[in-house]
Amino acid sequence: MLELEGAVIANGEFAVDADLKIAPGTRVAVIGPSGAGKSTLLAGIAGFAPLSAGQVRWNDARIDGLAPGARPLSMVFQEGNLFPHLNVAQNVGMGLRPDLHLSQAEQLRVTAALERVGLEEMGKRRPSALSGGQQSRVALARVLLRNRPVLLLDEPFAALGPALRHEMLDLVADIAAEESLTLLMVTHDPRDARRIASQTILVAEGVAHPPRATDALLDDPPEVLRAYLGAE
Amino acid sequence: MADRSQPVKSVGTRAPSSATPRAAASTIAPWQKPNYGLTALALLAVAVIVLLTLGTLAAVAMRADTPVTLRVSDWAAIRFTLWQAALSAALSVALAIPVARGLARRRFPGRGLLITALGAPFLLPVIVAAMGLIAIFGRNGVVNAGLGALGLPEVAIYGPQGVILAHVFLNLPLATRLVLQGWLSIPAERFRLAESLGCNSRDIMRLLEWPMLRAVVPGAAVVIFAVCLTSFAVVLALGGGPRATTVELAIYQAFRFDFDLGRAALLGLIQFALTATAAALAFGLVRPVMFGGGLDRVVSRRDADHWALRVQDSLAILSAAVFLLLPMAVIAVDGAPGLFSLPPQVWAALGRSLWVALLSTAMCLALAVPLALFAAKWRHGRAIEALGTLTIAASPLVIGTGLFVVIFPYMRPSDLALPITALVNAALSLPFGLRALAPAARDVQADYGRLAESLGLRGFARLRLLTWPRLRRPIGFAAGLAAALSMGDLGVIALFADPDSATLPLQMYRLMAAYRNDDSAAAALLLLLASFGLFWIFDRGGRADAGT
Repeated sequence: MLELEGAVIANGEFAVDADLKIAPGTRVAVIGPSGAGKSTLLAGIAGFAPLSAGQVRWNDARIDGLAPGARPLSMVFQEGNLFPHLNVAQNVGMGLRPDLHLSQAEQLRVTAALERVGLEEMGKRRPSALSGGQQSRVALARVLLRNRPVLLLDEPFAALGPALRHEMLDLVADIAAEESLTLLMVTHDPRDARRIASQTILVAEGVAHPPRATDALLDDPPEVLRAYLGAE
Repeated sequence: MADRSQPVKSVGTRAPSSATPRAAASTIAPWQKPNYGLTALALLAVAVIVLLTLGTLAAVAMRADTPVTLRVSDWAAIRFTLWQAALSAALSVALAIPVARGLARRRFPGRGLLITALGAPFLLPVIVAAMGLIAIFGRNGVVNAGLGALGLPEVAIYGPQGVILAHVFLNLPLATRLVLQGWLSIPAERFRLAESLGCNSRDIMRLLEWPMLRAVVPGAAVVIFAVCLTSFAVVLALGGGPRATTVELAIYQAFRFDFDLGRAALLGLIQFALTATAAALAFGLVRPVMFGGGLDRVVSRRDADHWALRVQDSLAILSAAVFLLLPMAVIAVDGAPGLFSLPPQVWAALGRSLWVALLSTAMCLALAVPLALFAAKWRHGRAIEALGTLTIAASPLVIGTGLFVVIFPYMRPSDLALPITALVNAALSLPFGLRALAPAARDVQADYGRLAESLGLRGFARLRLLTWPRLRRPIGFAAGLAAALSMGDLGVIALFADPDSATLPLQMYRLMAAYRNDDSAAAALLLLLASFGLFWIFDRGGRADAGT
């Protein structure tokens, strides 16, 4: 169970209030007007924005005092998910050991993770030699190896075309199901939410509301969300 | 990952665990605490800089003659220092404007190469530049030969005009780069808009270029003014006498000829007052400037298609290129025949200079890298960069005098001549090193800081896998600058060296002063090759096989 209890996440002058619980293994979309604090919510959970009040807990243990890398979660950013000077296998290997001192067995796991995302031949390439979709796959392969129970996605596929984005969303959904990950995904497209997330958190006017069933929320949106979505 | 974090780390994996994090109670999370190793190194670097600049100044102040009495010759030195610097700055910038305008609006083969070559005088040892100018404008130079053939009186290179000529030679490239940057900072859309409104090149001058120049020119002039205030080797080689002695040279003479430490110290205080004022001025006026990068853009300007403007631009670019490249070419031609018959003490001096340059490079990086990394992580990081540029305001001879005063009672300063030269050179190269490293370090933090944190990439692994690969290019560039500047420096060493510990620039100066023309020309070529070679090797090393 991922819990935010009375959490106030500070981001400069701006703050997001969050008081919510997410059951383990749930796939949750985070939706709301731009500037309302979707990314701030994720930054607070991941440890990049400090809490000025409240707690973040995973399975009843507080995690808001931990360094980002020590939290029980993986994060995929909007961009800049890969180190351009390291090759694909090294980027993925960082999910196992950040210092990249990998044993033979660990290197086999890197190869296996690359196979899982369909990039088995790409290990020696630099990220710049990959397409946008392939770069996202590398980031997901690293998520597999990090083996953390929570996955945070901050609009990672926003730059991809529709077909490719759907493909990536389905891959994320598959991986989340196989690994029973708890997934939080920021998106600006309600169709993305319907596609893979059973629950949706609405973030609006500096408040992150508790998750509701995605279809119910989107079929009958509250006023603030209706204004953002327009006529769907 | 550190062993200490084991109890909290187990929360992060999915192994069944009942561990409770202990760090959670504190308001500051552990990862937000400073990196003590880096902080210590950065503070050490700050301490070294402050001691070298302000510490030596204090030593100088305590030793200075009191009551303060200035001789007529001191006032003359102060006046000459100020007016030669002002005139050098004004001329450099005035000549740079047409050259920069030409480079900004003309596309021609070799343009990129020429802009790169414009950087060369910055790496050129000053004493070599002086020699190249003597070869062209001196008694037996081509200029006087031409004037003589036309029956005109000859020009003299020694004296105030020679000092100013050399300063213009050395600073015209910098001025051109600064002004060119100003030109290229005007968005191409503005020119297009002006064109679509029917503006001719005079209107564009008034609307776009004049306001840019008003913003850029004062800063460029002040930087060059400050550089010329502390110029030493040029004045040593071309100046001197009552009409062309600067305060910096007067310090040297008080030392070398009178061995009057009190007077040298008093002159040091005067020099510091002058440079500190100039630096304070510069601090308010100057925009940050990067070397290289971004100067390869050409704005297409249909308003400048007129033939008269083309001729004007071509003339400006061509004369600047000839003026700047000819002295270097002459050094190569004059020096080559004697290169392999140089006396052994020149080779020994080369060995000492290489040693000083490498040591100085190591010291400069040891100061600049921790400062740049620390500045990138700290919210007030730019203050650190400003501190690093404190050494711009410092005069090498004042630092040298201060160190001499401190060391003299305990040991023979000449025994420490080389390490001290290396240290002072490192401090003087620091502003350039920081200017190359600090923005790159900031970019690494901004682009990859979160990714590294989210993966738990910290400490030495982060240094090895993120910081070094991302910073090796600017580190190589900074190291190349530091090595070349130290290789060519003729400043502090002149105060400390005895005949057995001369560096190559000093050895070359001695050959020049003894009128051993063939040897000094060959030594100049050797020094030029060594300076450019060191820069090339380091810069190249930073680029080689660096992924992007």
